[in-house]
Amino acid sequence: MSQALKMQPAAQHAPEPVVEVRGICKTYPGVQALDDIHLDIPRGQLTTLLGPSGCGKTTLLKIIAGLIPATSGEVRVNGRPVTGPGPERAFVFQDFALMPWATVLRNVAFGLELRGTPRAEREDVAARHIRSVGLGGFEKAYPHELSGGMRQRVGLARALTVDAGVLLMDEPFSAVDEQTRRKFQEDLLRLIATERKTFIFVTHSIEEAVYVSDRIVLLSPRPGRIADIIEPAVERGDDPDAIRRHPAYLDTVDAIWQRLKKYLE
Amino acid sequence: MTLFGYRVPMMASLLLWAVLWEIVGWLELSLLIPPLSRIAVRMAEIVPTPSFLAALWITGKAFLLGNLIAIGAGIPLGVLMGRSELADRLLLPWVNLFLSAPLSALVPVIMVIFGMGQTTIVLTVVLFAVWIVVLDTRAGIRNMSPSLVEMARSYGANEWQAFSRIYVWAALPEILTGVRLGLIRAVKGVIIGQLLVSIVGFGRLFEIYSSNFLMEHFWALILVLFFFAFVIAEGVGYLERRVDYYAASRH
Repeated sequence: MSQALKMQPAAQHAPEPVVEVRGICKTYPGVQALDDIHLDIPRGQLTTLLGPSGCGKTTLLKIIAGLIPATSGEVRVNGRPVTGPGPERAFVFQDFALMPWATVLRNVAFGLELRGTPRAEREDVAARHIRSVGLGGFEKAYPHELSGGMRQRVGLARALTVDAGVLLMDEPFSAVDEQTRRKFQEDLLRLIATERKTFIFVTHSIEEAVYVSDRIVLLSPRPGRIADIIEPAVERGDDPDAIRRHPAYLDTVDAIWQRLKKYLE
Repeated sequence: MTLFGYRVPMMASLLLWAVLWEIVGWLELSLLIPPLSRIAVRMAEIVPTPSFLAALWITGKAFLLGNLIAIGAGIPLGVLMGRSELADRLLLPWVNLFLSAPLSALVPVIMVIFGMGQTTIVLTVVLFAVWIVVLDTRAGIRNMSPSLVEMARSYGANEWQAFSRIYVWAALPEILTGVRLGLIRAVKGVIIGQLLVSIVGFGRLFEIYSSNFLMEHFWALILVLFFFAFVIAEGVGYLERRVDYYAASRH
């Protein structure tokens, strides 16, 4: 299997890590969610945390975000230990976490608003990112007037507006329908190509992981451990649909499925 | 509701009761119940009088000030209790106690401390209104989506920014319910305060009317106060419905 998947040890050809996870453990009363996680996240790539529910993938992402304290271990971002959220990381939430009382424009500009950026300037930046996620013309709309997919675009634009180097995305497409989801994944690939940011992506969808990822970190459940690190050898050319027909794509999806199947009863 | 094939308007039952009251009034069964029409005439007569307007002014001031204090203190306290387990454990028993306690019994205590004046009445209003604001704000904060809290944190909000830009807004539907119920309780508070102090505002008028058996005046005053309470509650109810769309985005 390792032949087919071209698995490499993490350190070999990966660029310098922007996020270093060192011996992270997380224990909730009665449950060990994460057990001794060591992981390097290379700069400028999309790394996916993939695993069945209960494997602690979202917990790990939130520990990296500084939203949840680890029981033990350390996360470093750009060499500095994480003690809480920071401006070099931006989070995209599974349930969008938009303010229902605020317009799209204010929601997207919210990170800059908190930093005290003058209104005209932050709305200018926000409007640019609203257009870049394809929501031009909806600046004055309220979240409840938008579809699920459009709401998540707002969440994405908000994360882009603060210009963080690392984007943390917690199952961002799980609350939108299948068609929207596919379109979203294609847009994400384009975004990765143009934005030159580091993406850490959490999903439980194998297809989604293989489709968008440079690296896939497979987590096994209870306690959450790294089961494998896979770098899908999928060519990402100009045609996004070609990827889904690519033999390497299909093989990788199947191999991961075989791997994860044993964790399901 | 339809009756014999006709649609009956919402307020029709009020009309029925008014007619019944009128009949009972004309039958002169009791000195305490004069006909409604005479009360209405009396109402038109006393409302423009200087003593009524003075009473309205002083009552309005106490009511407004008391509510401002109740809302200004109740919302932060409710947010604190919704956010902090420790504060909640410490304060919730007291809030529940005061919410259900016969507060009128405490007014004489306030009177002893703060005297027979406007301060006592304002504090009575606060005492009546504040607890439900606290409790509903707390409920609103607890209902708020946890990811909004995380969103605020992850985008770098400090405590004040999280309070003023997220928490208060996220809990707004519940806060407005609390404010509406608080205002209704405050009407009770201001009148009870004035009755017990009995030398100011509507309390003084009530005292004069009832001790002189001016039942028409008495009822006229009560109906005016009912009307004010109704308008205030409906006004806040209107604001509440304006934020109904929150509910859809909650869960």
